[in-house]
Amino acid sequence: MTRAVRLELNGVEVAAMAEGGENLLSLLRGRLGDTSPKAGCLQGTCGACTVLVDGEPVLACLMLAEAADGRRVTTVRGLADGPRLHPLQEAFMDGFAAQCGFCTPGMLMAAKALLDREPQPTREQVIEAIAGNICRCTGYTPIVDAILEAARRMAGRRARAEG
Amino acid sequence: MRIRKELFADERDDDLRLVGRPVRRQDIEGHVTGRSTFFEDHPVSGLLHLRCVRSTEHHARIRSIDTTAAERVPGVRRILRYADLPKKAHNILTIFNFGIDDEPALADGKVRYMGEPIVAVLAESPRAAAEAVAKVRVDYDHLPAVFDVEEALKPGAPLVNEYIGRNWFRYWGDYDCQQIRFGDVEAALRSADLVVTGRYQMSPIEHAPLETNGCIVVPAEDGRFTVYTCTQGLFFSLDNTAAQLKIESNRLHFIGGTVGGGFGGKVDTVVEPLAVLAAMLTGRPVRYVFSRAEEMQVSSPRGAERIYIEDGVMRDGRIVARKITHYHDAGAYSRLSTYGTIKSAAHHPGPYYIPNARVDSWCVFTNRTPSSAMRGFGVTGGDFALESHMDVVARAIGMDPMEFRIRNAYRDGDMKAHRKVTQGAALIECVQVAAELAGWPLSEEARRASSRVGGGGERARIPPTPPSRTRAPAAGTGRFEPARSGAGEPRRAITPPPAWTGGQAAPTAAPTAEPARREPERREPPSEPPRPGSGHGAIRFSSVFGSRRR
Amino acid sequence: MAKHRGRGVASVNYPIGMNLGGDPSQALVHATPTGKFVVTLSSIDLGQGMKSVTRQLAAETLGVPIEDVFVDTADSDTGPHCMGSFASRGTHRAGNAVIAAAREAKEVLLEVAAEELEVDPKDLELDGRGNVQVKGAPSRAISVRDVAQRAHFKRGKSISGRGMFLVPPSDVDPETGEMNPVTTYAHACMVAEVEVDDETGEVTVLSLKAAYEIGRALNVKLVEQQLVGGAWMGISHALYETPEPYYPDRAHGPTDFNTYLMPGPADMCPVEIELLERPALDGPYGAKGIGEMCATPPIPAIANAIFDAVGVRITEMPFTPEKILRALDAKAGR
Repeated sequence: MTRAVRLELNGVEVAAMAEGGENLLSLLRGRLGDTSPKAGCLQGTCGACTVLVDGEPVLACLMLAEAADGRRVTTVRGLADGPRLHPLQEAFMDGFAAQCGFCTPGMLMAAKALLDREPQPTREQVIEAIAGNICRCTGYTPIVDAILEAARRMAGRRARAEG
Repeated sequence: MRIRKELFADERDDDLRLVGRPVRRQDIEGHVTGRSTFFEDHPVSGLLHLRCVRSTEHHARIRSIDTTAAERVPGVRRILRYADLPKKAHNILTIFNFGIDDEPALADGKVRYMGEPIVAVLAESPRAAAEAVAKVRVDYDHLPAVFDVEEALKPGAPLVNEYIGRNWFRYWGDYDCQQIRFGDVEAALRSADLVVTGRYQMSPIEHAPLETNGCIVVPAEDGRFTVYTCTQGLFFSLDNTAAQLKIESNRLHFIGGTVGGGFGGKVDTVVEPLAVLAAMLTGRPVRYVFSRAEEMQVSSPRGAERIYIEDGVMRDGRIVARKITHYHDAGAYSRLSTYGTIKSAAHHPGPYYIPNARVDSWCVFTNRTPSSAMRGFGVTGGDFALESHMDVVARAIGMDPMEFRIRNAYRDGDMKAHRKVTQGAALIECVQVAAELAGWPLSEEARRASSRVGGGGERARIPPTPPSRTRAPAAGTGRFEPARSGAGEPRRAITPPPAWTGGQAAPTAAPTAEPARREPERREPPSEPPRPGSGHGAIRFSSVFGSRRR
Repeated sequence: MAKHRGRGVASVNYPIGMNLGGDPSQALVHATPTGKFVVTLSSIDLGQGMKSVTRQLAAETLGVPIEDVFVDTADSDTGPHCMGSFASRGTHRAGNAVIAAAREAKEVLLEVAAEELEVDPKDLELDGRGNVQVKGAPSRAISVRDVAQRAHFKRGKSISGRGMFLVPPSDVDPETGEMNPVTTYAHACMVAEVEVDDETGEVTVLSLKAAYEIGRALNVKLVEQQLVGGAWMGISHALYETPEPYYPDRAHGPTDFNTYLMPGPADMCPVEIELLERPALDGPYGAKGIGEMCATPPIPAIANAIFDAVGVRITEMPFTPEKILRALDAKAGR
C-alpha cells in the first residue's frame, strides 16, 4: 500500500511514493537517489544512517518514510554551502578523520546536530553526541579531535565576523 | 607521533620530496560529501533480492525441503537449489591448485554448520524474500556434532566434512599438520634449567565491518555480467566466481575498489557466485547483501585457535627450546584456513633466536561457521600466546620482561626456525624505544644491544634435527606422539636467582633446589586403530603452494 | 574492592605479504595529452589508504606534483591484476608495481623532453612543480604539459609504463617446514597500562605506548590512522569481541551490535607512538606494511598488564570481567 511522501531534502522540495512500512533510509537511498546515508545494520544500532529531521539527529532506518512527510530532512550532501564545504567536512579532511568512509556521513550529521545545539562543546559532549555512531576503522580519537577543531574554527569565524 | 630518524639512518636516504609527507587522502573529500561510491550506491532498477534459507542445525542430514508455501509468496520469482549449481563443491584456493573442493554453495543434502545456506530465494523486494524464506520448511535428521578441536581429532569423532574425509587437513600428501623441526627440542628441554608450559585460547572474532558483505549483479551486453562488489580481491573473486559457475572469466566484469571496511572478511567470495548464477538464470539484476545478523554469525570469522607452548629456559634468560602445538579451528569448511595454518607455523617461534624449535600447526574441522582470514591471519593468535608466554617465562626466572625480550631477540644473521637467515631485524630497537616511552628502566647492557650486532656465527647454524612426524590421534597409525604436556603455570621448586641486574652473563647464586622437571603426559594410543577416513584424492601442488619432499 | 594498576609489554614482528609469496600486483601509468597522469589499478581501498599511498608513490617517482596524478581503481576491464588487499601486502606489492610503472613512464617523458631540448635524457630532472629542466641549468626547461603534447601529437610516443611486482613463490618442506614465508618483516613493541577493578572484573586500558618499525613511513598521517585504529581494534579483541562467548559452545552468539561489544569513543585511551624506519630491501622506498601489525601487540600487552595489576593470568580471549573474577576467586581459594 503505497503513499506519497513530500519532504524538503537538503533544501529542495521532493516527493516519492513510499511502500507501507518502508523506512526513511530506503526512501532516501532507493527512491530519492541520495545514497549518502548508509545501511550498516538496518536495526538502529550502528548510526551509519543518521540524518537530520527538522534539525534533530534521527536513525533513518528506524523512521517510517511516511513520518517524514512535510518534514525538513538533511543528509551529508546538504552540509556544504554550495561549493564551500562545511567546517566539519574541512576538519575531517585535514584531521584524517575518515578511513573507509562508511560511517562518515552519519558521523558528520551527528556532529552537525551537536554543533547546532552546542557550538563550543566539551570533549565529553562530543563523545556523547557520537556515542551512537560506530566506527570500525579510526579508533574514534581523530573524529573527536576533528569535531572539536571544527567547533574552534567556527567560533573563530564568528568572532571575526562580529569583530 | 615522532619518527626516530636517528635509528638505522645509515640504511636510508631520506632525501625525498613527497614520500613521508602527510598528503591529504585522495578519497576523503568523497567520504565527507557522501559521494564515495560503495557497491550498494550504484543505482540499479529492476532488482531481484536474494536471501538464503539457512540451517538451524549444527550438523544434520536434510530429509526434505518444502518450498511450496514460499513459492506462493507474491513477488517470489525463483528458488535456487543445489541442483542448479554448475560446480557442486568448491574451495577458493583450488584455482591455485591448492587444497580440496570441499564446500557446496548450497547444501548438498547435509548441513555442517548452523547458518549454512540451503536454498536461495529470489524475490522482487527484500520483504518478499524474507517472507518466503520464513515459509520454507526443512526437515532434518539430526547428527552428532563436534565443536572442540581436540575432540575432533580423536578416533570416533563425528566426521564433519566428507569431501576432506577426516577432521583435519592433511598437508603435502602425508602429514597431519604443518610441521617446523629445528634442532632437538626434546634434548634441549631435558637440559634446560626450567621448563614452563602454557595453554592459550583465542575464540573466534568477527570482522564486523560497517558495510556488510554483498554485491549487485547486472546483466550487461554480450552475455557478460557486471558485478558491483565489496571484495578485497577483485580478480581473486572474479576468477573464483567464474570457476564455480564454469563460465569463461571474461564474461564477468567486476567493479569495486571502495570498500566500507574489510579486515579480511571480504575475501571468501561467498556472495558473488550465487548472485551471478541467479542473474544468469533469471536474466534480472540481482542484489545479495548480508544482513547484520548474517554478517555476525554466518560470514566467516577469525578462527578460534588453541596453542600449547612448552619452553625450556636457562637461568641466564636464554630460551633454548620452544615446542608449540597450535590448533586452528577451521569450522566446517576449509576456506583459507589451510593456508593460514602454514603461515602460522612459519610465524613461530616468534622474533627470537631459539636454537631448538618444534611446531605442529593443525587445521581442524568442526561443526561451526567456517573461519577464514582476519587482520592478523596466522599471527594474532600466535602472538597472543607467544607474548603472554614470554611474560610467564620471564617471571618464572625472575627476569624483567623487557630485558627478557632483548636477551632473546633475533638479530641479523640468526638462523630462523623455518631455516632462513634473519635480515633487517629491529625488535631490539623497538623494545628500547618502547621502554623509553613508558619510562621502563633498562639495564646498560639492554640499552646497548643492537639488532645489527651479535647475531650470526654460531647462531647461523642449522642444528642437527632428528626426524619426527606427528600423527593425529584418529590417524590410526598405532604410534602416537604426545602433542603437548599439561598446561598452566610452571611447576617449580626453584628459588629464583637474585634480582636480575643485567650485565651479568649468568646469575652467580646457585639454585637451592633441583630444577623442576616436567614429565610429558602420556596418552594411550587407541587399542585398535580406527578405519582411516576415506581420502578425497591427492593434493596437487603448484608453483604457488609448492612442496619439496626429502 | 579496589582498582589496581599494572603494565605489560609485548614485542612482535609481522610478515609482509602473503605467506610463501607468489602474490603479484601490477600497475599501469599513463599521461593524458595535457600531461596529467593516471595510475590504473585493480587494487582495493578498504580505508587503509591504498588509493592515496599509490598516488603519492607515483607522483614521487614521476617527479610531478601530487595534484597531477590520480589513481583509478578498481575495474577488472581496465585495471591490471592485483592479488588484493590483505596480508599487509598492499603498500609493498602494489606500491612496488606502481613505482615500476611510473619509472617506465618517466623514461619516455624524459626521452621526449630530451629530444625537445636537444640534450641527453641523463641530463634532465623533474622540478616537482610540473617542469622538466636541465640539471644545473634550470632555465632550460619544458613543462610536462608541453612534453605530453609533443609526445602525442608530434612524436607519436605514449608516455606510459607497466609495472609488475612478484615475490617468487616458495616451496615448503613437509617434514622440517623449511620455507621462505616473506622477504621482509615489520616490528613493534607495546606497553599497555591498565586498571583492573577487583570487584567487577572490569579492565580499563589507561594508555598504550608503542614503537613501530615499519620500513619507511610513506605518509605519516596514513600510518598514524592505521596505528591508532589498530590499537583500538586490539583493545576490542582483547577485552570484548567474539561471536562465540562460550567457545567451544555455540550458545549465546551475538547477532547485532548491542550484543557484539566494541569500545566506544569514551573508552579510548591515549595512544603514544614512535616510529622506526629500517627500510625493507625490496620495499617501495623501503616501506613495509602495517595494516595488521597495528592490531596484534595490544592483546598480549593487556594480558600481561592484567597479570601485573592483579596477579591473574588470563589465557583465554576475550579477557572478560567474568574470567577475571573467576581467576581472582581461584587465586584466593574461594
